[in-house]
Amino acid sequence: MSKVASTQVQKPTRNKGEFIKYFKQHKWLYVMLLPGALYFIIFRYIPMGGIVIAFQQYSPFTGIMGSKWVGLTHFRNFFIGTDFWMLLKNTLGISILSLIFYFPAPIILSLLLNEIKNQRYKKVVQTFIYIPHFISWVIVASLTYTLFNINDGIINQVIEATVGHTINFLGLPQYFRGLIVGQSIWKETGYGTIIFLAALSGVDTQLYEAAKVDGAGRWRLMWHITLPAIKGTIIIMLILRVGSILNTGYEQIFLMRNSLNISTAEVFDTYIYQKGITNAQYSYSTASGLFKSVVGMVMVLGANWMAKKSGESGIY
Amino acid sequence: MADIAIIKRNKNKIKASWSDRTIQVLIYLFTGFCGIITLLPFLYVLAGSFATERELTEKAFFIIPTEISFNAYQYIVQTGEVFRGLKNSLFLTIVGTCIQMFFTTTFAYPLSKTHFKGRNLILNLVIVTMLFSGGMIPTFLWVKQLGLYNSYLSLMLLGAINPFNMIIVKKFFEDLPVELDEAARIDGATDLQVFYKVAIPLSKPVIASISLFYAVGHWNDYFNAMIYLNNPAKETVQIVLRRIVLLAGEIQTDIMNFDAMGVPPDKAVKMAATVVATVPILVVYPFVQKYFAQGVMVGAVKG
Repeated sequence: MSKVASTQVQKPTRNKGEFIKYFKQHKWLYVMLLPGALYFIIFRYIPMGGIVIAFQQYSPFTGIMGSKWVGLTHFRNFFIGTDFWMLLKNTLGISILSLIFYFPAPIILSLLLNEIKNQRYKKVVQTFIYIPHFISWVIVASLTYTLFNINDGIINQVIEATVGHTINFLGLPQYFRGLIVGQSIWKETGYGTIIFLAALSGVDTQLYEAAKVDGAGRWRLMWHITLPAIKGTIIIMLILRVGSILNTGYEQIFLMRNSLNISTAEVFDTYIYQKGITNAQYSYSTASGLFKSVVGMVMVLGANWMAKKSGESGIY
Repeated sequence: MADIAIIKRNKNKIKASWSDRTIQVLIYLFTGFCGIITLLPFLYVLAGSFATERELTEKAFFIIPTEISFNAYQYIVQTGEVFRGLKNSLFLTIVGTCIQMFFTTTFAYPLSKTHFKGRNLILNLVIVTMLFSGGMIPTFLWVKQLGLYNSYLSLMLLGAINPFNMIIVKKFFEDLPVELDEAARIDGATDLQVFYKVAIPLSKPVIASISLFYAVGHWNDYFNAMIYLNNPAKETVQIVLRRIVLLAGEIQTDIMNFDAMGVPPDKAVKMAATVVATVPILVVYPFVQKYFAQGVMVGAVKG
């Protein structure tokens, strides 16, 4: 029994015999690792190998082995074609709009919630505003349709009663971005406050007391105590947000996209789906997917590097 | 001179506290408004699903219908597709979550042991998958090649381990007292026995919260179900809901005979379908709320 304890204390050595001994002692740990390891190989790593079809003229009948190599043809077509600039414009349009309006929303709301002294009132509001996060995008899209559609949507009925005409929010390209960002704000602002409220709850209340004695008003308290307390969290969330600028959440956009608003609604993810799964242009869509994956990875790593540089802990 | 200064200051104080009061009231009103804005669409849809056609066309907005009608729900029960969707989603969610929890906990446990040889290499290989993936099309083609197309197994296995969740579970295992593990090992227990007799029972909070995350994910999933399932009998509730509310034009009225109050209005059926798909989430919401904040916080701490 002392043997067991001593191996765990011992420093790891490069000795082969030592490893066999360790392996025998802890063979169950390796057995337990097996299902997950197989999962990562089969469902995460093998699909990465499938990226080679981006450089082929892939056909399901000939398979990866039998398909012709075409080099960078698909990439060339993707970048030269007009679609690329449209996709970039639409994706960045939604991302930038949400950076301006959706990103600050949870910060503002948590600052306001933090001012509420009545704990029960605060709890009730929090309980309500977290709910939409757990609702599927299909339900959010259904609610949006019920409220905004041009035939009998309540919002349009109100607009018609006041202005005299209806507005086709769901079918006109110019409203698409606003609709998407609005949905995101409605769905995720409440949930987004959690992380900021947690940071705020760590603030020493004595700081506020002391500042009040010194004559600081509400704004000064917020500016000098509350905001510095969540500055780190804000920076890291902002960097993460910028890092995922090409990810516009495809379920949401896919559900709100239709043939009428497609000129502003088509983003990289919906385009890859359209070309790859609907039109079966496997190689071309894999090439455009690879572009997005690589840019996404570079952005996330860059954002992480910046986070570390700014003195925050980083994610990876 | 000094007196005047004091009076002046007091005046300012009263003035300040007055505007302060106003701000306080505004804050209460605005946060309350946010709470109402989140609830209102649900309440409106709930009310509309019980309303008669006349009320839905005549009144712009109401929270309590004057005349209660169950026609829309009757229609939903009779066509049966929403309930078939609910049944399928329930099956997918329960089995899928069990599979995910099995894969996630068994994988996280060895990695939680600092003495585990190969730990860093494996963790790095996991992190690579968080940064880069094969993408939609290669994954789709591979799943098809594996013969999982049109099977729930594709949906269950594709996300069998969410790396973020796995790291949260691993972190929790790491924080369990080492002495328990050592004591059990000295008593002759194998690592497997320590895992399911000691570690799992002690990790109920993290298992509860991660299970809920996985379950909500399965229940709400739309995109994967749309890509990988191509059989009306297997449709999940999200697929059915999308078809009823967002794709369908007119409801086929000739199938059924609604003698009592006539055909249910198209709008009410859409609302009722939305209600039926939302209720299960609202039922588990109190449990979710109990655990999710904790999960978010654990996740926020670096794994």
